[in-house]
Amino acid sequence: MSVASDIFTALAVSAGAFFFLAGTVGLLRFPDTLSRLHALTKADNLGLGLVVLGLLPWAGGVFGALKLICVWILVQFAGATVAQLIARAARRGGLGS
Amino acid sequence: MTPILAFDMGLALLVLGVAAWTIAARGTFAAVVGFVAYGLLLALVWARLAAFDIALTEAAIGSGVTGVLLLRAAKLLPYSAAESARSGAPLRIAAGLLCAVVTLGLAAVVLSLPEPAPTLAPQAEASLPATGLGNPVTAVLLAYRAIDTFLEKVVVLLALVGVWSLAADRDWGDAPVLWRTRDHDGALILLAQVLPPVGVVVAIYILWTGADHPGGAFQASAILAAMWMLTMIAGLSRAPRTSAPGLRLTLVAGAAVFLVVGLAGSLVADAFLAYPPGYAKALIIAIEVVMTLSVAVTLALLVAGPPERGGEP
Repeated sequence: MSVASDIFTALAVSAGAFFFLAGTVGLLRFPDTLSRLHALTKADNLGLGLVVLGLLPWAGGVFGALKLICVWILVQFAGATVAQLIARAARRGGLGS
Repeated sequence: MTPILAFDMGLALLVLGVAAWTIAARGTFAAVVGFVAYGLLLALVWARLAAFDIALTEAAIGSGVTGVLLLRAAKLLPYSAAESARSGAPLRIAAGLLCAVVTLGLAAVVLSLPEPAPTLAPQAEASLPATGLGNPVTAVLLAYRAIDTFLEKVVVLLALVGVWSLAADRDWGDAPVLWRTRDHDGALILLAQVLPPVGVVVAIYILWTGADHPGGAFQASAILAAMWMLTMIAGLSRAPRTSAPGLRLTLVAGAAVFLVVGLAGSLVADAFLAYPPGYAKALIIAIEVVMTLSVAVTLALLVAGPPERGGEP
């Protein structure tokens, strides 16, 4: 059981880290604001989600786990809103490149 | 142990790197973004040092509120003044030298500390039962060194007076203009409708748990201030007129309650800001609740800036 949850944590957190890495590479390499935003929000969304998923067995109880999930949901919400705002500012201000 | 050490070294290098980048950044906006990232990394450093109270404060006030404040200031600067008026080489070299001397002095002091380093932690821990609190940091802030916290409240208030004094005479008493647009974004409005209830609950929790666990009045007030600013930026609430009596009462309430309790302490107990035995925790919580509201309003109004005419329809 313990070994299984260790392996699960290692896999999920590594996958999360991979999405953060991919998102960062996208942020640095993609040509325009909207594509960069796309890469970045994927990293927030899936990367943090997988890290949280991997840490759930270590949260020390249901409440700890719920707190972690709440953190993920709040980051999702804030990230999605900020992405909308930046995209809108980019379209309006012609920051396409 | 080695992976942890590698992580800490990486974190330290990252903090130094971001600090250097922030200093070298050419634009004011970029420098502010660097400063916010620097503050968040610093919060991680404090967390690694197990100083969770300071980590929370650094993230909420050092990085969050100060970051917004700097962004507002950067936006108000005329573009040319911000980007082109770089000070001359002699001044920059002098500033760099001064910083280097201070850094080297601090490093020398830290490295020459005796082993084990002198600490007041055992005394702080030993007197904890008398306060009824479980978190020694809160005990230091509101019991052992309450006078410092009281003076901090006054300083924050004076800062707001300083900001307000930038207003033109004809605008005095008007409302500040936090956000000039009339055309508010739907996504932002949704966030400003859904997030504040969550934020208020989190702030109350952080204030309440601060008595026994990391947290407390300052972090709670930063969260409350953020929620209020969010509703103002999204256009859901208006900035209050700075001449409103209720607003001014809220602003001074924190320091006033502190002062009243302090003076009562010199009558009932035997010193200014001494708490009578048995009532310490109740009084501390009462002070913290009022202080949280006052500081939250003060922080939000600091960010909102001086009153301006023409913002309100």
